[in-house]
Amino acid sequence: MNILRMLRDKSWLHPTDAATIAQYGGPDPVAAMRIMLRFILAIVGVIFFLFIITFLSRSQYPDFEALAGQPWQPFTDPSRLWFNTALLACASLAMQWGLGGTRVGKLNVTVAGISAAVFFTVLFLVAQFDLWLHLQSMGFYMNGNPATSYFYLLTAIHGLHLVGGLIVLCNVVFRVWYDNNPDTLTAPLQLCTTYWHFLLGIWLVLFALLTSRPETINALAAMCGF
Amino acid sequence: MQHVAIADQPDHLHDPQTFITKYIYSQDHKVIAIQYGLTAVFVGLVALGLSALMRLQLGFPDTFDFITPGNYLQFVTMHGMIMVIYLLTALLLGGFGNYLIPLMVGARDMVFPFMNMLSYWAYLLSVIVLLASFFVPGGPTGAGWTLYPPQAILPGTPGYDWGIILMLVSLAIFIIAFTMGGLNYVTTVLQARTHGMTLMRMPLTIWGIFTATVLGLLAFPALLVSAIMMMLDKTLGTSFFMPALVSMGESLNYSGGSPVLFQHLFWFFGHPEVYIVALPAFGMVSDVLATHARKNIFGYRMMVWAIVGIGGLSFFVWAHHMYVSGMDPKFGFFFATTTLIIAVPTAIKVYNWVLTLYRGNIHLTVPMLFAIGFIFTFTHGGLTGLFLGNVVVDLPLSDTYFVVAHFHMVMGVSPIMVLFAALYHWYPLITGKMFNERLGKIHFWFTFLGTYAIYLPMHYLGFLGVPRRYFAMGSTDFIPESAQTLNASITISALIVGLSQLIFLYNMFASLRNGKPAGHNPWGATSLEWQTPDVPPHHGNWGPALPQVYRWAYDYSVPGAELDYIPQNHPVSAAEQTADVHGEGKS
Repeated sequence: MNILRMLRDKSWLHPTDAATIAQYGGPDPVAAMRIMLRFILAIVGVIFFLFIITFLSRSQYPDFEALAGQPWQPFTDPSRLWFNTALLACASLAMQWGLGGTRVGKLNVTVAGISAAVFFTVLFLVAQFDLWLHLQSMGFYMNGNPATSYFYLLTAIHGLHLVGGLIVLCNVVFRVWYDNNPDTLTAPLQLCTTYWHFLLGIWLVLFALLTSRPETINALAAMCGF
Repeated sequence: MQHVAIADQPDHLHDPQTFITKYIYSQDHKVIAIQYGLTAVFVGLVALGLSALMRLQLGFPDTFDFITPGNYLQFVTMHGMIMVIYLLTALLLGGFGNYLIPLMVGARDMVFPFMNMLSYWAYLLSVIVLLASFFVPGGPTGAGWTLYPPQAILPGTPGYDWGIILMLVSLAIFIIAFTMGGLNYVTTVLQARTHGMTLMRMPLTIWGIFTATVLGLLAFPALLVSAIMMMLDKTLGTSFFMPALVSMGESLNYSGGSPVLFQHLFWFFGHPEVYIVALPAFGMVSDVLATHARKNIFGYRMMVWAIVGIGGLSFFVWAHHMYVSGMDPKFGFFFATTTLIIAVPTAIKVYNWVLTLYRGNIHLTVPMLFAIGFIFTFTHGGLTGLFLGNVVVDLPLSDTYFVVAHFHMVMGVSPIMVLFAALYHWYPLITGKMFNERLGKIHFWFTFLGTYAIYLPMHYLGFLGVPRRYFAMGSTDFIPESAQTLNASITISALIVGLSQLIFLYNMFASLRNGKPAGHNPWGATSLEWQTPDVPPHHGNWGPALPQVYRWAYDYSVPGAELDYIPQNHPVSAAEQTADVHGEGKS
């Protein structure tokens, strides 16, 4: 739809002739859900954008110490985070695999894909929690340096969004199973898959930001005018 | 691909059978709207009561022992927050948005009725949590509705312990509620419009609600983010906003946080919030004016563009609330400029409302009186906004009663005038009864003249330099004695206006029983909500078939037409086709 053309429409000039009106049955649920997902992604994007902006602003105060760059900083060696990232990427790939299964009508592939996605997602959440415990054992607490506070905060918010996704995915699967109609799975699974990919993208941004060295963070903050 | 339409089979999906499912656990958008409306009005009356207590203290200091300085700040805070968020936002979007969107776009219901119901229950929970703060140790927060740290969470501020936590939790729940409702509103507008209802045929009410909802969906996250971070500062001892400081002689564990960062986040939400309230009001008043002036809205396209333009610009003006925070002058210049730019589409709307009235067949009904009253109050409030948008004028007037008068006129009184216009306008549709016209007019004149008696002198107090949020003036040399006389006068006016709202409540409830049957379309309106087979509309709104839309929403006084209005669901008549009444030949 050309929005500009639509907004220029002189709707008062051309009332429609009755003969041109087709019967209308009501809204298309898949299109409605797709629109809702786009808004949800926009809202989630805004939330993380604002957190990131505050992170960059806060990073310019003297008490801020980045989490990477020095040997004693926890993410100078980010191997644990790479492992967690791989888990989330596997979850995303599994969702895509399961979606492919529904498109060609292979229910067993779909079930395997969704099961693997749930498994990897839960594993990612557990691994993130384990990372929290690891950070605490190293003396990096929530109320310590603001960079550490941000790490806990951002990973928690990201994890909560994944938990929300899991709840929706379970609801979708349960409804399809309850209705015994696997053909209706494709559209909602497509939306769930998009959501998983989006959260993977968000995580990659957070990963890059939280493991950045001070020079990188300062450069980003300068670009934002801080 | 064929799909079963959401909410298009009301009997199958959510047909209410019992009292509980019909009125309590209902997924019908109209019932949810009324639930939102009644809850919002109830909590609004609480806020009105708080303002009466504040005015009693200001008008007659040293008279009421039960109002302490701490109480006063709590009243100020809760009054502001309740009015802005829990009354205006909830009533305009949750109430009118829910009621009008499906009816005006020709849908049977919202596209996600269950989520819509959850939205209301979450809203109710947020109200309960908020009101619970009156009953916890220390009472509600007295930090001011802006909740600025560090004072909001430090000893010395009333409610710094339980009160602020409940406020933040309540706001978070409200935002979740709004998001669930808002997703429904935008999706319904974009996806569930009936055939023929193009976007540019939608009534301006829907444009206003739709744009405001988009603003809300994108702006409330800023409040959520700031609430979460402040909650962590309060409960877990992080230092996002809290600087290193000494409180009550004790050095605290906070270090290096930025209170100004909170201000930026808050106002990144706070200014769009003004338009979240204003845009639905702009839309609704446009429809009320056109209907009761029997004339098409002047400059429909320009009105749509202005709504969208104001919505977009509202994200670029937030820091004009922060001129006194010590910002870079260049920054202030930028925000002063954007603030003045946003006045352009706003002024276009005011001109168009006036031009709609020009040579119209004006019916001075109660809704019309409130709508015309809105044009006055909004113009006055808007003009003082131009003063405050300029840095050099704002600095001396900041934190004085001039600011209080300005924002009450522009986003307190004005949206409330529209709310009354809308409530009177759609009351016959919602209840099937007519209200008492005479009582409605008495209510209007008390409210309209009364608000001027309150807020005009307040501007003058601001010029004198009387500061806002002060419990008592004490011995202040630069404020003359007469200011106190003025304050007493304002208090008496405020009490009269407050009491006159009882006329409105009586009228609404008494007319439910005693009102004359409204019948179909008593105002002769063109938009779809008045064309339902039943009044009030039954579950599913449209009977067996959805309506078809053939024209825009403002075909009033069309030359040659049989009546002075042509509803949107009426096809083109032979007379219209031959007479070129819409001026196609001239375009």
